[in-house]
Amino acid sequence: MSVPEGKPSDLLSSYDPGLYFDELFGSMDLPAEHTALIRQRLSGLDFDELRRRAQDVERELYNLGITFIVYSDKDAVDRILPFDTIPRVISAKEWAHLEAGVTQRVTALNLFLHDIYHDQKILKDGVIPRDLVEGNHNFRPQMIGLDVPFNTYIHIMGTDLVRDRQGTFRVLEDNGRVPSGVSYVVENRHMMQRVFPDLMQDIGIRPVDNYGHKLLDAMMEIAPQGVSDPQVALLSPGTYNSAYFEHIFLAREMGVPLVEGRDLVVENDRVYMKTTNGLAPLHSIYRRLDDAFLDPRAFNPDSLLGVPGILEAYRKGNVALANAIGTGVADDKAVYCYVPRMIKYYLDQDPIIPNVDTRICREPDALQYTLDHLAELVVKPVGEAGGYGITIGPRASKAELEDCRAKLLADPSNYISQPVVDLSVCPTVTEDGIEPRHVDLRPFAITARNTWVLPGGLSRVALKKGTLIVNSSQGGGSKDTWVLEGAA
Amino acid sequence: MNLLARYAENIFWMARYMERAENLARILDVHESFARDTRGATNWFSIVQLNADEKDFFSRHDRPTATAVIHYYMFDTQNQNSLLSMLRMARENARTLRPWISTEMWTQINVFHNKLLEMSAKGIATQNLSKVCTWIKEECQTHAGITEGTFYRDQGWYFYQMGKYIERADQTTRLLDIKYHTLLPSPVEVGSTLDVSQWTTVLRSTAGYHAFRRVYPRGMSPTTVAGFMLFNEGFPRSVVMCVRQIDGLLTRMRSRYDLRGGSNAMERVDELLAALLSRPIESVLRDGLHEYLDWIQLQLNVVTTEIAQAFFGMDAPLAVQSQSQ
Repeated sequence: MSVPEGKPSDLLSSYDPGLYFDELFGSMDLPAEHTALIRQRLSGLDFDELRRRAQDVERELYNLGITFIVYSDKDAVDRILPFDTIPRVISAKEWAHLEAGVTQRVTALNLFLHDIYHDQKILKDGVIPRDLVEGNHNFRPQMIGLDVPFNTYIHIMGTDLVRDRQGTFRVLEDNGRVPSGVSYVVENRHMMQRVFPDLMQDIGIRPVDNYGHKLLDAMMEIAPQGVSDPQVALLSPGTYNSAYFEHIFLAREMGVPLVEGRDLVVENDRVYMKTTNGLAPLHSIYRRLDDAFLDPRAFNPDSLLGVPGILEAYRKGNVALANAIGTGVADDKAVYCYVPRMIKYYLDQDPIIPNVDTRICREPDALQYTLDHLAELVVKPVGEAGGYGITIGPRASKAELEDCRAKLLADPSNYISQPVVDLSVCPTVTEDGIEPRHVDLRPFAITARNTWVLPGGLSRVALKKGTLIVNSSQGGGSKDTWVLEGAA
Repeated sequence: MNLLARYAENIFWMARYMERAENLARILDVHESFARDTRGATNWFSIVQLNADEKDFFSRHDRPTATAVIHYYMFDTQNQNSLLSMLRMARENARTLRPWISTEMWTQINVFHNKLLEMSAKGIATQNLSKVCTWIKEECQTHAGITEGTFYRDQGWYFYQMGKYIERADQTTRLLDIKYHTLLPSPVEVGSTLDVSQWTTVLRSTAGYHAFRRVYPRGMSPTTVAGFMLFNEGFPRSVVMCVRQIDGLLTRMRSRYDLRGGSNAMERVDELLAALLSRPIESVLRDGLHEYLDWIQLQLNVVTTEIAQAFFGMDAPLAVQSQSQ
């Protein structure tokens, strides 16, 4: 596929997205008319100028400390998330579709969580295997029978989307526990506004800087009833957490204290913060701590990060937690395969954004198919995050494939398999000029009574040539994501 | 709005580390000036003595050469009292406080620390020490200016100011002590050209020379200089000036925010101020300046402990406290 017709361009003239769907140019069938003006402006830029501005951004990010921490053997090093200055652009129409799809998905997952912690109809009706839910290590029996405000469990959701060769968006993964990355969405936009005001002028880009307000509104909405002015806080594992910058960012944007477990105490099943004037009540907590670390009395007894007794305060309805305890069972990679059926079951709708075709290796047919087509498939362990443990068939060596086969046979229910999705590409600044690099998209949805989706989301880009893995821990970077204003 | 006990502690210590860094830069700078004088290498050892770092220093160095001492106080990360360690601690506190302090405050400390870290890889030649010390002093002053201009004035501001003034009072006593340790002249030398030039250097290191001249246009004696640095009511680095500030800050903070704790701290500050105001400098010098300075340092530590107990949470770790007493 060659670049579809557009304005003749200097900077982009030799750009070739190859066989993949391109985010800036579209495809022959789906040309990206909405990016015409942006392409024209990009073309007018000189490559060295672009590089220089990109370097300005990276220095600025480092100085501002917009970084994550990478731990090596003995050192903790501050790294910026590499930022690519060529934006990823989504039309108003595409966005309307994605927004509806994300909202549908989070609605279904919340219904699912309420169901499995109450009547378990979906299990009784045999739509999802019972052991997949109750045997899941993220299923929390402590949540059974407990009512949460608005029946909302996943208040903050990050949905990983990819775009295949035909330009169809598909859900790759749900993140319903502690999704991160939203701070980069907002900070990337700030950077672009400072360094590329000329590129953005009069384009009409939907703003992203009200995320903090929306999050605070949700945290207030879910606070215990009868508290007139609820105290909200963000609970962080502390400065050594690799996402600490994001915790700072969100606490600051919400204007609430960033607390650690050691700042909190539970007395009479109520949660308090230690302040300069003694204990002050706390009502609503955005926790960036996994269930397992939240309460050493209820979960991992070795956790020093949590707050002893907080589960009981939560169960009594004296404190709100976002996300709720026990959401991990909904973003499990095996449960993921059943989400389309879940949507049908609870909402009687077809999924607006389809899944990637997924085979769940606990099912004998699926296992056999996976073993027979190992060299064509991506095999993923269900319990890992961050791109670890993945075998990409077409790129694996013989030994790696055999290793994968052995693991599959030893513990089939720990794996799913998917066809290789040819992630879409986006023009990206590299050492050798503007080249296509693979991208994904993680929109963020906030839900209390209703769901609100932040326009756009985090576009992660695989900076290494040819690689499909976009995770920051594996050398990925990010791009500003522009959702254009206008009628859908 | 409530202030987290841990934040109050971090703010207090961030201010102290920045103030301490500025003063160490001043002390190193003064020593370089002295080292250019006739007394040679022993001068460098007095900095080690001043900070009571002898044991730690000699565990890694044979002799207190200029190079060894400068490295030890500039870049040695094993030394908690090195500039790089102080900046790291200031930065760690600032990093924790990022939701609370202004972005500009954080960015300046972050960049300052990173530059110092880069410099540590190269090291510095003795002849460049003064230039580097000036740079550090100016970065600390930039921090003070940014803080003045951007830090939101709530409870946190009071803890910042109290930290700064406690540290400054402590450091002024240390600067004065240098003269005691290093430069105590033999009776013959009192009033000699050398003696006067050394007192002048002490004053200049605190940017107090011109102010001193305005108060004492003629003559300079240990009595007038020490008296000026301890008791002058207009000199921003005098001990009395600092303790008066602490006293006022603590009083206003407790009443404005209706804080229950802190009455012990209040009493201690009042006692210290009263004691400072009750003794003429002549009597202080007669009974021993060094002992008097030690006593002030001890009182400032007691005040810090009382503030910590009242406001920083009962089980708050005080690990960041690295007072080398």
